[in-house]
Amino acid sequence: MTRFLIRRIGQAILVLFAASIAVFLLFFVGPGPNQVARTFAGRLGTPQRILEIKHALHLDQPLYLQYLHWVGNLLQGNLGFDYYKGQSVNTVVGQALPATVSLVIGAAILWIAYGVFSGVVSAVRSRSLLDRGFTTAALFFYSMPTFVLGYTLIFIFAYELYRVTKFFPFSSYVPLTTDPWQWFVHLILPWLTLAMVTAAAYTRLTRTSMLDVLGEDYIRTARSKGMSERRVIRVHGLRAALTPVVTLAGLDIGTALGGVIITEQVFGIPGLGWTIVQAIGQQDLPIIMGIAILAATFVVVANVIVDIMYAVLDPRVRLH
Amino acid sequence: MSSSPEVRGRHAGKPAVTSGSAAGTATMELPPAAKKIEGRSPWRLALERLRKDRAAKVAAGTITVIVLCALLAPLIASWIGHGPNQQFIDTGLDAEGNPLAPSGTFFFGTDSNGRDLFIRVLYGARISLVVGVLATLISVALGTFFGLVAGYLGGVVDSLIARLIDVVLSIPFLVIAISIAYISHPGFWLVVFVVGVLAFTYPARIVRGQVISLKEKEYVEAARALGAGPMRIMFIDLLPNVVAQVIVYGSLLIPLAIVSEASLSFLGVGIPPPTADWGAMINDASGYYQAGFWWYLLFPALALLITTLAFNILGDSVRDAMDPRGAGIYE
Repeated sequence: MTRFLIRRIGQAILVLFAASIAVFLLFFVGPGPNQVARTFAGRLGTPQRILEIKHALHLDQPLYLQYLHWVGNLLQGNLGFDYYKGQSVNTVVGQALPATVSLVIGAAILWIAYGVFSGVVSAVRSRSLLDRGFTTAALFFYSMPTFVLGYTLIFIFAYELYRVTKFFPFSSYVPLTTDPWQWFVHLILPWLTLAMVTAAAYTRLTRTSMLDVLGEDYIRTARSKGMSERRVIRVHGLRAALTPVVTLAGLDIGTALGGVIITEQVFGIPGLGWTIVQAIGQQDLPIIMGIAILAATFVVVANVIVDIMYAVLDPRVRLH
Repeated sequence: MSSSPEVRGRHAGKPAVTSGSAAGTATMELPPAAKKIEGRSPWRLALERLRKDRAAKVAAGTITVIVLCALLAPLIASWIGHGPNQQFIDTGLDAEGNPLAPSGTFFFGTDSNGRDLFIRVLYGARISLVVGVLATLISVALGTFFGLVAGYLGGVVDSLIARLIDVVLSIPFLVIAISIAYISHPGFWLVVFVVGVLAFTYPARIVRGQVISLKEKEYVEAARALGAGPMRIMFIDLLPNVVAQVIVYGSLLIPLAIVSEASLSFLGVGIPPPTADWGAMINDASGYYQAGFWWYLLFPALALLITTLAFNILGDSVRDAMDPRGAGIYE
């Protein structure tokens, strides 16, 4: 297990290293040092300011030194300084993170609960009307672009049904610490949007996985021992069937924490995804790079956690 | 479209559609003396299964209509007399300068610039389809190449390609895509390239898995014994055997590429205006639809949804037909 851990974490570090080089090449080397300094200075940058920034970022030095300087800061947890807003990137990210986390955790609970439930029902009552309903819904929402669903929900609940539903705000975000009830109400539609488009894959995955497991010999054995069908499914079936679902959930949550760009954009939630889109509009390079690296870190860490969980659940994985 | 995609394969044998075209079932009903034994290739079997699939037929019909709309857009535009980017300042906007509701002149109403929404939705199909297909071709070609090489050569090459895929997957797609679009100027080919290249990871993984099991087969061993080099084995012997899988996953990548393209345009980093594009139109409409201009959002959104739905249904059916036991791209 220790060897597996070391190798897996080593791989993760390698991937992050490569991702940092990719981001560095994309943003530093691509546009060239003068352009980078100008962009960092923002639209109000004076020639004096640009020279200062060029020096501060070591842009006047060879490429590998520039990279080392940048990565050195990253390793100390310093994502850089945002000259446009006059704040450190850490501050900006710190302000945006709670909104994204609120959105992702709530939506993840919904999509996992619905996805697993519908998948298990579909598998157990395979080819029934209920199964058809769930699988058709899964296909429908899988095909649904997030922004189409988001605007549809806003249109229906926040406008057309306003007289009935009253309390659905159509946009923006209230921090949990300011007002928990408003926080909840503001997040209902975004949670639904994100959960519905994501849940489709879970319905299908759980269904396939459960059907596979129910065909296994040990399920037949359990049944022939006279175990109740409910117990066979809940205790023996579900546990094995859920392993791939846990994997997918870990990866999806990791990816989503890096910013749920479209959902945040549609609902005006000032999370990481919204911030990066704003930053692109304002040509605010340090923010874009900071969030890109942060997002990559979330994905890689989620990957490692999922693999470790997998290795704990299934010892065969450790060998590969 | 009411029949579910997952159970479709199992119902394929039912004689519900025996009337006319179903040649397979017809031969079965003939007396034994007249029964002709006929070899059927896997491709023909798949095609026959697909023909009996009602949802697939509806999806294929829908896609045909969308393709026709895209092809005939200029013709329809000139017939109606409204260009895709033509602004009708006097007739296309109301007194306050707001979009007009659907009418006999403007079938889908007008947008905030007084342009004919119907014609723009038709033109939008061109961008979606062309980007969807071209991007998928790029990802399938790249993915097949990397998958073949990684799967067959194994070892260091395999690890390198696996890490490359990890890196591409580590930064969320939209973050890379909007970053690239931000650095170089957005345009048609950039969108095709970004959407296509970033999606190569899916086919690459599938092909790699296939090749790892195929390379132990006798025919590969035979080829090696005859002195065939790795290039020949990979591209002449192995490639034809992964084509079926590649087609299945390729057909499921098209709707993904269409949504990616629309998302980029929606975020304002796709194909630049005034080109008619569904994602950009939905973004434009987002500031208007709540104020009662529902058609502005409805028609482009519906067009996008119907297109992705039709491609996903057809892709699912193709998968079921080629490999009735196989699992999907998301599984």
